[in-house]
Amino acid sequence: MATLEINDLHVTVEAEGGAREILKGVDLTVKQGETHAIMGPNGSGKSTLAYSIAGHPKYTITGGTVTLDGEDVLEMTVDERARAGLFLAMQYPVEVPGVSVSNFLRTSATAMRGEAPKLRTWVKEVKGAMEQLHMDASFAERNVNEGFSGGEKKRHEILQLELLKPKVAILDETDSGLDVDALRVVSEGVNRVRESGEVGTLLITHYTRILRYIKPDFVHVFAQGRIAESGGAELADKLENEGYEAYVKGGVSA
Amino acid sequence: MAEAQNIPVGSTTAGSIAVAAESTVATRMSAPPSYDVADFPVPHGREEEWRFTPLERLRGLQDGTAVADGRIRTEVYTPDGVTQETVGRDDPRVGRAGTPVDRVAAQAYTSFEKASVVSVPKETVLTEPIRITVHGQGGTAFVHQVIELGAFAEAVVVIDHTGDAVVAANVDFLVGDGAKLTVVSVQDWDADAVHVSQHNALVGRDASFKSIVVTFGGDVVRLHPRVAYAGPGGEAELFGLYFTDKGQHQEHRLLVDHNAPHCKSNAVYKGALQGDDAHAVWIGDVLIRAAAEGTDTYEMNRNLVLTDGARVDSVPNLEIETGEIAGAGHASATGRFDDEQLFYLMSRGIPQVEARRLVIRGFFAELVQQIGLPDVEERLIAKIEAELEASV
Repeated sequence: MATLEINDLHVTVEAEGGAREILKGVDLTVKQGETHAIMGPNGSGKSTLAYSIAGHPKYTITGGTVTLDGEDVLEMTVDERARAGLFLAMQYPVEVPGVSVSNFLRTSATAMRGEAPKLRTWVKEVKGAMEQLHMDASFAERNVNEGFSGGEKKRHEILQLELLKPKVAILDETDSGLDVDALRVVSEGVNRVRESGEVGTLLITHYTRILRYIKPDFVHVFAQGRIAESGGAELADKLENEGYEAYVKGGVSA
Repeated sequence: MAEAQNIPVGSTTAGSIAVAAESTVATRMSAPPSYDVADFPVPHGREEEWRFTPLERLRGLQDGTAVADGRIRTEVYTPDGVTQETVGRDDPRVGRAGTPVDRVAAQAYTSFEKASVVSVPKETVLTEPIRITVHGQGGTAFVHQVIELGAFAEAVVVIDHTGDAVVAANVDFLVGDGAKLTVVSVQDWDADAVHVSQHNALVGRDASFKSIVVTFGGDVVRLHPRVAYAGPGGEAELFGLYFTDKGQHQEHRLLVDHNAPHCKSNAVYKGALQGDDAHAVWIGDVLIRAAAEGTDTYEMNRNLVLTDGARVDSVPNLEIETGEIAGAGHASATGRFDDEQLFYLMSRGIPQVEARRLVIRGFFAELVQQIGLPDVEERLIAKIEAELEASV
């Protein structure tokens, strides 16, 4: 069973006046089949955690470990991490002008699976996944994220999640900027992947709204660069009622 | 302001073709246009039109010391119905589309021996391209090429430059009323070649002219695509892509002279640069004259700098003498390789080398798609791939 293990992770980012520490000792274990929600106020370091695990060059790991089934993730290049089974659905996916969605998806699937998927089954696979996400077939011919609405970008991220079948999926604020309909469609996509039982999900969100559609097994409150409190789904209800104030002011320490 | 002069055109079109009027305002040239090399002083490098160009690498094309001693093998494939003639300087079609605007173009005009004229009769619509292959076999040559389309004719011309040569040229495109001409000019020279050429398009009433310039090779390539209109309703599209490598100088200087009302122009040039002293220059001059009411024009230059040590000079310039226009705009941007794009693709399992290739192919894709000739498109993609292989 796949396990992502984060131990005492410290991360800095270059800022004016030198390196600034964003993550200050994060401990978290995500197992296949589990869903963890990470909630926290803006600027608490949630996205930094996501991008650090994925290997974004902007972040420097200054301490701690991240392993996937015992393999040292931090030693891997960005593409190696993906091929090892990590997936990051981004909050702000970037445009890649001149590269069509269909070309991108096929190139990615080829890299992930080690061989080009057979054209006939591949076309069917993509078409089916797109229909379930209420995406028009013409979408495949558009350039990656170019001119996409917020909702289209998120659907496109979840489409990749469904096609690439990672061991651990990190969803970085996938719910932000979505209307209720789009949120439901996107959540259904995530749930289809979760129902396979083969993915561990790390759901990063600012709002509790998405947790009505995607039920977490664990909820963690992220504040000031570390996990401040962990609990079950009921912790989300508490946050819904009380907000993050207690954590922002440092009223609670883990 | 010079008036466009109408002269009868004989058998090629039912209408008329005007002699292009040159502007010294928009071109910011140090001397007025002329067919005679003696009218231009030898450039010293500080003139506006020469300040980006490494004169010492022009092999004397600019100072009269270059001697025509070269051999260039030119083959012209003409589909049925198309004629090719070799004519003298006195042929009325030679030089009609435009006058040399700098010393090298005037040197080419003064020094060429015979001009080549390829003609597509009026109302002839070609189903396959005219292909002109120019292969340099060393030495220096002066060239004059005319392509003329009669009224309502339609043609695609591919001019392919390969081999080693020092060439100064003028290429004239006479596009008759209602005609459609697409020209693909590929500069795929050997590493030591020098190619300086002025392209003059004179676009007839309601005619369309599309130019696609593709520059990969050579030591110095300096092209000067120019467009003027012989009547209202004409359209010009100027597309270009270049891949400038270590030590190469590739310069594209565009001028669109909106001298007639209700004409359109659209210019999009994109380049990638890599290696020490790779130098790309793009000048985009657009002049909208007082008479050119209803003009719609846009020009854009984008550069992708792949490594340190490369340099881009990009200068868009728009001069508007009338407020009665439909639209006018320009944009220029030079950027580094976007690490965010790379990260995004790699986070989907795509290895770095392949991710870079995807991004760069994507960068050029909109222009490659404009070509519409599968064999040329495939060759370009292969060429881009080869350039990238060399860089990885």
